[in-house]
Amino acid sequence: MTISHGEPTMLAATLSRRGVISGGVAITLVPFASWPGAAQSEAGQLTDAISRATGGRTPLAAGVKLDLPELAENGFSVPLNVTIDSPMTERDHVRFITIVSEKNPAPQIARFTLGPRAGRAAVRTHVRLADTQRIAAVAETSTGRFLIGVADVVVTISACTNGG
Amino acid sequence: MALTSARIVTPATARMGEIIEIKTLARHPMETGYRRDDRGRQIARDIIGTFRVTYNAVEIFQADLSQGIAANPFIAFTTVAMETGDIIATWTDLAGREISAKARITIT
Repeated sequence: MTISHGEPTMLAATLSRRGVISGGVAITLVPFASWPGAAQSEAGQLTDAISRATGGRTPLAAGVKLDLPELAENGFSVPLNVTIDSPMTERDHVRFITIVSEKNPAPQIARFTLGPRAGRAAVRTHVRLADTQRIAAVAETSTGRFLIGVADVVVTISACTNGG
Repeated sequence: MALTSARIVTPATARMGEIIEIKTLARHPMETGYRRDDRGRQIARDIIGTFRVTYNAVEIFQADLSQGIAANPFIAFTTVAMETGDIIATWTDLAGREISAKARITIT
């Protein structure tokens, strides 16, 4: 699902929605205690990863459409689609798109570098998700702007089991 | 694991200035480094770390990947069709091994 963009500070204040979701759906989650970094604050991980992507600047929650399924039955391969509103001209284009995770052991999933020759700022891939969590896409433009979009995904089978 | 197969798919023809989607897929386990084998030993991380695409030798797209990308990484992106020529994708794993795949596009 794509969350409409509010203020960037909403990152810390979104758990109520997830609470509603998990209240209504039977969710099987594999315990994560044995995972590296499991003890770390998860909201902190996302905030830190966004901050690394922006060099500490606060991104504007606008212009980034991040699509993931609301419910991923299999965390091993989840389709991700990110599109940024950009004219993609020589002067004003998206240079980087960084995909970051709230609960994966590796906070940065991928970083894409593009330029005006892309025509559109749009990338599709398949990601692994270790747990039900929030994913963010941070875009950096050639004009020095940072934009962010987020999506929340409920994961039924974690990619952190030993299956593959 | 060796990079044994990789594919790139583009339209065979395009009009000058048309935005086309390029789809790529490599065969690779993207081993996370978190799993253990039957005897409890950690399986070493083995992933494709970088992915680059050129269009007539000009780089048009690049990606830094982590173990958060699913096995057999699929990446799709767009480019503006500029001239007849080759679009070449290259995948490189953490040990520096590479594989490339090429697609030919003809401007009509």
